[in-house]
Amino acid sequence: MDMPTPNPAIIGRKSQIVERLRAALSRTSVIADPTELRAYECDALTAYRCPPLAVVLPTSTEQVARIMAICSDEGLPVVPRGSGTSLAGGALPTADSVVVSVARMTRVVETDFTNRFIRVEAGRTNLSVSEEIDAAGFFYAPDPSSQLACSISGNIAMNSGGAHCLKYGVTTNNLMAVKMVMMDGDIVEIGGPYFEAAGLDLLGLVCGSEGQLGIVTEATLRILPKPEGARPILMGFDSSEAAGACVSDIIKGGILPVAIEFMDRPCIRACEDFAQAGYPDVEAMLIVEVEGSDIEISRQIERIKAIAEGRRPSAMRESKSDDESRRIWAGRKSAFGAMGRINDYMCLDGTIPVSQLSHVLRRIGELSAHYGLDVANVFHAGDGNMHPLILFDANADGQLETCEAMGADILKLCVEVGGCLTGEHGVGVEKRDLMSVQYSPQDIEAQAKIKDVFDAHWLLNPAKMFPLQVSRGRVLS
Amino acid sequence: MITETERALADIIASTTEPLRIVGGGTRPIGRPITARPLTTRELRGIRIYEPGALTLVVGAGEPLQAVQTLLAENGQCLPFEPVDYRGLLGTIGEPTIGAVAAANISGPRRVKNGACRDFMIGVRLIDGTGEVIGNGGRVMKNVTGYDLVKLVAGSLGCLGVVTEVAFKVLPKADCSASLIIHGLDDAVAISLLADALASPCEVTGAAHLHDDSGPMTAIRVEGFEESVTHRLARLKDIVGAGHDVLIDEDSESVRALWTAIGDARQFHAAKGDVWRWIIKPDQAPRLVESINRQIPVQAIYDWGGGLVWLCCPEGFDCRAAADRICGHATLVRATDATRLAIAPFPPESGRLAQLSDGIRRKFDPRGLLNPGLRA
Repeated sequence: MDMPTPNPAIIGRKSQIVERLRAALSRTSVIADPTELRAYECDALTAYRCPPLAVVLPTSTEQVARIMAICSDEGLPVVPRGSGTSLAGGALPTADSVVVSVARMTRVVETDFTNRFIRVEAGRTNLSVSEEIDAAGFFYAPDPSSQLACSISGNIAMNSGGAHCLKYGVTTNNLMAVKMVMMDGDIVEIGGPYFEAAGLDLLGLVCGSEGQLGIVTEATLRILPKPEGARPILMGFDSSEAAGACVSDIIKGGILPVAIEFMDRPCIRACEDFAQAGYPDVEAMLIVEVEGSDIEISRQIERIKAIAEGRRPSAMRESKSDDESRRIWAGRKSAFGAMGRINDYMCLDGTIPVSQLSHVLRRIGELSAHYGLDVANVFHAGDGNMHPLILFDANADGQLETCEAMGADILKLCVEVGGCLTGEHGVGVEKRDLMSVQYSPQDIEAQAKIKDVFDAHWLLNPAKMFPLQVSRGRVLS
Repeated sequence: MITETERALADIIASTTEPLRIVGGGTRPIGRPITARPLTTRELRGIRIYEPGALTLVVGAGEPLQAVQTLLAENGQCLPFEPVDYRGLLGTIGEPTIGAVAAANISGPRRVKNGACRDFMIGVRLIDGTGEVIGNGGRVMKNVTGYDLVKLVAGSLGCLGVVTEVAFKVLPKADCSASLIIHGLDDAVAISLLADALASPCEVTGAAHLHDDSGPMTAIRVEGFEESVTHRLARLKDIVGAGHDVLIDEDSESVRALWTAIGDARQFHAAKGDVWRWIIKPDQAPRLVESINRQIPVQAIYDWGGGLVWLCCPEGFDCRAAADRICGHATLVRATDATRLAIAPFPPESGRLAQLSDGIRRKFDPRGLLNPGLRA
C-alpha cells in the first residue's frame, strides 16, 4: 500500500506539537508515547499499519474545535477515528498525522419520543443507541455487524448499512442532523430535528464522506417504533444460483422482507461451528426475516414459502421462538469472526444488481480457481451487497499480494456488471486506487471539488477515498 | 432550447454565455422569478433500466412522471416517496418530469414513513455549469463509493447542474390501504394523536390534519396486505380512538383521493393568497399556526404528523418573519412575482453553511449561468 511520504518537518516538531495539544486539553487526553500509539496504528483492516504522530481524546465539541484550530495552524494532517472498526482502512494514520478520537464522547444529549429522534455524541456505539430507547419501544435502524463496538461517528463517515437496511435504509436515511467541526476549528450544525433541512443537502454530502469534510461530534438520529415481532426463516438450496434466483422472486412477488441474507457452504460451516445456530448442511442458504404482528408474520412467511417452492429448496425452517431467532442471527452476525478463527481473510464489499447474482458467483468461483485462493460468500442478498471473503495465509510469502489482486478483480467484476466497489464499508485506503474503475476522471474531479470547498489544504483523513495521484496533486496546490 | 441527447445538452451549456433557466415540464416555477432563456430536459426521455426483481429503475430526466408511475404500477411497484403534483396549486399546465421531481426533491404524504425522494435516489447523471458530464452513485441500492453527490443534487433545483438521468430504488405497492378519520379535533389534540399513531408499530404512511367545509378532520393512513391493514386499523383505533368517533374508510379509490388531495394541498388551489410550506419539528406545528393566526388569519394543512405545514396567508404577508422561535424553515411556494421579489422564497442562508453552499455552487457553475438568482 503506497502512502504519502510523511512530512519530516512535522515529525521533527513532534514535542512542540504535543505540548501545544496538551496545553489545549490535558496531559491525559493526548497520547504521544510510541508504545501507546501502537494501539492506534490500524483499524479493523489490520494488513496496513502506521502509528500516528499523536492521538488526542477530546471530551467535547469545543475541545475538538480547539484541536482542529491547532492542527490547521500547524498544517497537520488529521485522521478522525471512532471505534476503529473500519474494514477499509478508513482510520489508517500517517506518521505525521494527529488522530482525533471521539471515543470519549458518548453521552446522550436529548431524547424526544414525540418527535421521534435522539441526539447523541458521536463516539457512542451504535447498539447502545438502540439500548437507550429500547424500554420506550423504539430502536435505531442501521445495524452493521460490528454494532456492539462501532461508533455513530464511524457509521456517519462510512454511511454504514447492515442486515436490516433492505427495509429501513442505511445511515443517510436515518440521520437528521450533525454538529461538525471543520478543519479550521469552526463548528457548524447541519440539519435539525425535522424532516428536511433548508438549502443544499449538505447533510447528505457529509454522510459517507469518510471523515474528509469535518469531524462529526454530535448526531441527531431518527428513531423508529419497534415492530410487534420479527421472525426469520431459513431456506437451504442445492446451488447458489437457485438461492440467488429465489431472492429476486421474493422481491418481484411484492414482499419486502426486512432482511434477506445469503451464505454459501464454507461460510455456513464456519458459522455453525462457531455459533451452533442450527444451520442446514446445504450449498447455499438464505435467512429471510419478516416483521409485524403474529398474523402479519405468518401471512408473509406463507407467501415467501410458496414463492421459494419454485426454486426447490432442500431445507426450510421457520424460527419458532425468540431464542431460536437470536441464534440464527448470532450465526450470521458472527460470520466474519467465525471465518477469522480458521483463516486470514480479506472481506470485500462490492454491490451488484440482484439479477447478476448467479453470474457473479460463478465468475468468483472461476477467479478462485485461477488465483488458487478459496472464497466464502456471505452477504445482504436483498440489496445485492456482496461480502466475498478471500481466504489466505498472511504468513505465506506473496499470498497477501495474490489476495489483493484477486480482490481487485472481483471488485472490477462488480462494476462491470453494473454495481459498485463498496456497498457499506467505504473506500478508505483499501479501494481508493480502484475508484477510477467505477468513476471517470470528471466524476472524481467533481468529488474532489467538494473536498476543496470543505478542506482547502486536504489535511483531513489524507490518502483515503481518492486515487493517490488525485490527492497528491491537491495537497501541493 | 430543447435537445434529445445528453451530449447535445452538454454542448449547449459549454458554449453558452447567457444564463439559462432549467425547465422540466415547467409545472413548478418557484423561487425568485428568472427571466433567463429556458433550457428544457423534456426530450431526454426513456426508461434505461427497470428491474422489478432488484427494485431499481434508471430513467431519463425528461420522462413524464405519469409514465414512470404507470410502468411501476403495472409491475406492482411504486415510487415510495409519493411525489405530489404542483399544477393545481400553482395554476400551471404541462407534464411533470421525473428529473424535476429529483431536482426539487418532491415528496408527498408517504414521506413520513418511507423517506423523501432523495432517500430513494441511488444514482444521477448531470451536466455542470461548464458543460462537463458527471455521474455519481449508480444503479444499485447500496453504494458508498465516493462522496454522495446524489443527495447533494437532489433538491438542488438545477443550480449545480442539469440532471439528465436518475436511478431510483422503488418498492412494492401495497395491496390495500385504509384511512382512519376523526372529525372535530382541536389542532393541538390532533397533532398529539398523530404523534401517538406514528410512535406505534402500525407503520402509518399518512398522518394529516386539516380544516375542510365541515370543520377539522384528522386522517391516518395504513397500507399493506389485507390482514395487515385490518390488524393495524384495530390497533390504531385503540391508540387514538378513545373518546372520539372514529370513521374507517377502506375504499381504495376514496383513500387514494383523500391522500392525493392532502399531498397536493388541494384545499388551497382555489383559495386566494400566498402559500407557504413549513418544515418544522412536528410538535411545534399548532404553536406555529396559532402564533401567526394571532397576527393575521391563515388556513393550515398539517401533513407528516405536523412536520410539514402548508399555510395560506393574505398576499404579501411575510409569514417567515411573523413566526416566533420555531425550529424549522419556510418556503414561499405560491405568490406573485412582486411578492417573490420582495420576500425571499427560500429560507435565507447565513454563516459558514452559506459559505459552503456558495462554494459548492461556484465549483459546479463557476460562471453562474444555471438558474441564477433562483435561491437569492
